[in-house]
Amino acid sequence: MITAAFVLLAVAGMLLLVRVLIGPSVVDRVIAVDALLVVVVCGLAVNAAATGRTSFVDAAVVVGLLGFVGTGVAARFIERRGA
Amino acid sequence: MTVRTIGDVLLVVGAGWTVLAAVGVLRFDDVYARMHAATKAPTLGLILVSWGAALHLGWGGAPKLLLVSVLVLLTAPVGAHLMGRAVHRRPGDVRIRIDTVDELGGG
Repeated sequence: MITAAFVLLAVAGMLLLVRVLIGPSVVDRVIAVDALLVVVVCGLAVNAAATGRTSFVDAAVVVGLLGFVGTGVAARFIERRGA
Repeated sequence: MTVRTIGDVLLVVGAGWTVLAAVGVLRFDDVYARMHAATKAPTLGLILVSWGAALHLGWGGAPKLLLVSVLVLLTAPVGAHLMGRAVHRRPGDVRIRIDTVDELGGG
């Protein structure tokens, strides 16, 4: 079951990576990277459940917060300069 | 049906939600539609995955995983709102469509 969750998360990450690569504008890429970071947090949580180590959960907290900070900074940048 | 089985089911269902979100981000043809797909579905997927992992880890990791789900539930809409407002104000070469009323237009 946990392997199935890993496979699904890998599929989601690859689809989002395609959008990051082909995305016509900066905004599409930022949105896709934001969703990709959520997928990374999901992967860290699944890995913590698979291995039983709780230190992965700390990394998940940090990645989740960094995703929000990155999106906010990119939004500021676009608002000042135009997409 | 043990707690671990419920946790496994939650993990797989949450991962399935992230796949649905990724398909939406890849297939929708507007910035706002992609933002819609990229914000809501991964949040629900992450909440389900973190609860499933919390059922696996027990009291050692459950509070932090609950913290992760609450943090993402609070910050994902705010980030998407900032992004949407930035695109609305400075579209640049992004093709957006304003239907009838420009809510942020001022005036």
